[in-house]
Amino acid sequence: MDLEFSPEDIAFRDEVRKFLEESYPESLRGKASRDEYEREDFLLWQKTLYERGWGAPAWPKEYGGTGWTSIQRFIFQEECARAETIPIPPFGMNMLAPVLLAFGSEEQKQEYLPPIIKGETFWCQGYSEPGSGSDLASLKTTAVRDGDEYVINGQKTWTTLGHFADWIFVLCRTDPSAKKLQEGISFILVNMKTPGVEVKPIITLDGSHEVNETWFTDVRVPVANRVGEENKGWTYAKYLLLHERSGIAGVGRSKRAVERLKEIAATEVSHGEPIIHDPTFARKIAELEVDLTALEYTELRTLAAEAQGKGPGPESSLLKVKGTEIQQRLTELTLEAVGNYAAPYFRGFPKDGDNAYPIGPGYAHMAAPLYANMRKTSIYGGSNEIQRNIIAKAVLGL
Amino acid sequence: MDFNFTSEQDQLRDMVARLMREQYDFDTRRKIASSEPGWRPEMWSQFAELGLLAAPFTEEEGGFGGPIETMIMMEEFGKGLVIEPFLQTAVIAFLQGIIGGEKIFGFAYAEPQGRYNLNDLATTAKKDGDGYVLNGHKAVAHGGPMATHFIVTARTGGDQRDDKGVGVFIVAKDAKGVTTRDYPTVDGQRASEVYFENVSVGADALIGSGDDLALVEKVVDEAIAALCAEAVGCMKVLNEATVDYSKQRKQFGVPIASFQVLQHRMVDMFMAAEQAVSMAYMVTLKLGEDDVERAKAASAAKVQTGKAGKLISQDAVQIHGGMGMTDELNVGHYFKRLTMIGQQFGDVDFHLKRYAKLSAG
Ligand SMILES: Cc1cc2nc3c(=O)[nH]c(=O)nc-3n(C[C@H](O)[C@H](O)[C@H](O)COP(=O)(O)OP(=O)(O)OC[C@H]3O[C@@H](n4cnc5c(N)ncnc54)[C@H](O)[C@@H]3O)c2cc1C
Repeated sequence: MDLEFSPEDIAFRDEVRKFLEESYPESLRGKASRDEYEREDFLLWQKTLYERGWGAPAWPKEYGGTGWTSIQRFIFQEECARAETIPIPPFGMNMLAPVLLAFGSEEQKQEYLPPIIKGETFWCQGYSEPGSGSDLASLKTTAVRDGDEYVINGQKTWTTLGHFADWIFVLCRTDPSAKKLQEGISFILVNMKTPGVEVKPIITLDGSHEVNETWFTDVRVPVANRVGEENKGWTYAKYLLLHERSGIAGVGRSKRAVERLKEIAATEVSHGEPIIHDPTFARKIAELEVDLTALEYTELRTLAAEAQGKGPGPESSLLKVKGTEIQQRLTELTLEAVGNYAAPYFRGFPKDGDNAYPIGPGYAHMAAPLYANMRKTSIYGGSNEIQRNIIAKAVLGL
Repeated sequence: MDFNFTSEQDQLRDMVARLMREQYDFDTRRKIASSEPGWRPEMWSQFAELGLLAAPFTEEEGGFGGPIETMIMMEEFGKGLVIEPFLQTAVIAFLQGIIGGEKIFGFAYAEPQGRYNLNDLATTAKKDGDGYVLNGHKAVAHGGPMATHFIVTARTGGDQRDDKGVGVFIVAKDAKGVTTRDYPTVDGQRASEVYFENVSVGADALIGSGDDLALVEKVVDEAIAALCAEAVGCMKVLNEATVDYSKQRKQFGVPIASFQVLQHRMVDMFMAAEQAVSMAYMVTLKLGEDDVERAKAASAAKVQTGKAGKLISQDAVQIHGGMGMTDELNVGHYFKRLTMIGQQFGDVDFHLKRYAKLSAG
């Protein structure tokens, strides 16, 4: 047992820090705090990392991975969070890639992985449907074999950043007569430009456009676009969900957000006193920090286990539940901290710097929209109720 | 003890409910909120014609109601997510000249540094002959863009955070030296920053003596009572929508309402709303008591309502799943209104502290 990072880890941290200071693209600075991104922003950041040789830390070395230990990967994420870089969308990098690496053909790996690591293609995830959310296995989108092609019909929904995407990985029913719902599903890659694919925006309660409906009408794709075996897609989908959940704790980002919250609380006053000196508010921040520390060490324990060859298991549900509760709490406290200036609504105002927003302090502008937006975190990636069901069943044996 | 409404009060509720149903449905409201003016002047005329602007006044005051009538109307307005500044005009300003709908008020009390403290005023009102000259910046004045007049708090004397020397003024929006910057708010309403630059007003612009923090506190407590009733309206809509949705939405071959964990959450939502109803009654009936009792009642109600509003709005979204996150469904709009009500005139912590102080004596 040892809580300290090794000297090598510290040296590594400094190296990452230096790189972020020197090479993080100027055009992306400040974007993370506004939570508003363009497609090109994501690709540019990915390209920058690729050029440094850090395009895909978690992949095997032969596909461009860095060979870092899981602790180094953790440090890398922490440093990115600390520098407030924009996030790396998980769809290609953390969801599809592990599936391709584990189950894809060599041709598929050669075709799809390089453009992901180089920041040339943008992927999105086609799992959920209007009738199939928590109960994903009930999905109805069909793929019918016609010679060398599948013909896909149906509707996916909540497709995050589908309007930026070049490709989508889709779960389709290929055997409607299978005895169990989970059997008879296949995992298929679809180019978004294929005729019959249509993306329609869904605006969320905070006024932003990040999710979409994705419709498939007689969409023809080569059979070669199927990953793994026909009707075995559920196995791959579940494998992917485990990876999705492990990245979701977001410790680094939450730590940075706590710092931001403290800055705000040191600026906001009540009767002339900064609210960070108000015992009630200070206590709330402290509670949050304690929760975050517990999460951090839980994640480190998970990583250490992973390093010893224990893949992400049901413990990742714990990281998801606690991680998202903390993310939500952070936005709650930020909302509280900004007081009356939470009310003005600025979405759609000019984006070039805080001075363009006319009213109230800059840090207040996104407080309410982010609070509303972050409610999503306990719903997506398997809702927190579903995660608790998983722990109850898989861990406690209930 | 009697918690029954009179038949006149029931009629008033029915009338407002009908108005909401027929002319304030969700889609109409959404269109209005995102339109350029952001409200409907003709709706205000209807409020006047239907007598709604007279309902908060007693017969002696030229109306036909009082706080209970205000509570009834505010609850229905909450269900309709009403945008027009009824609260600022009929509850806060509460003056002659509003019953017919001629004058509409914004309440310019908050300041950038003041947070929820009513006495933290950098805005000044200097005596000048018979009248006063106002200078300062008022923050987030709800209803400002629609207003013809503002109720303004400003220092007639004392230091920035003194209890003494808080004056209350009526200032016409078109008075020389008044400028506003108008904007939409997160919950689909409108508000303004209001700037006063050497604004001269006559002696008659001053309401009261020029040393009236107690009056401001009282008016804000009345506004809090009304807001709590509005919140109750929002909570009832959300709870009904959530229970309905959970019965219709099927996953794993069964309605999600059959999952006990969701049942218990909906029960918690129900209990929270019932407690909020009780608090809305309690504070409304105590508005006439002495300053301390009234203030305690208002803070207690605001605390309970704030907690209930948060629980109900968050769980309503959660139980609706992805659908709860959409702008298309009404759930998110009640979520935002309840969130804003939670901070308007002071959040849970602010009022817990105020209550604790009053309670300790
Ligand atoms: C912002 C956002 C982005 C998303 N991005 C994507 C994406 O990119 N790709 C994609 O495929 N999907 C995406 N999703 C979809 C997401 O995975 C689903 O919303 C989620 O699985 C929940 O499904 P649902 O919305 O249909 O809710 P439902 O499944 O209908 O659930 C409604 C409520 O019932 C509860 N519930 C359901 N079953 C149980 C149970 N057995 N026990 C107890 N409670 C239960 C849920 O927890 C929830 O509170 C996204 C969702 C959101 C909100």
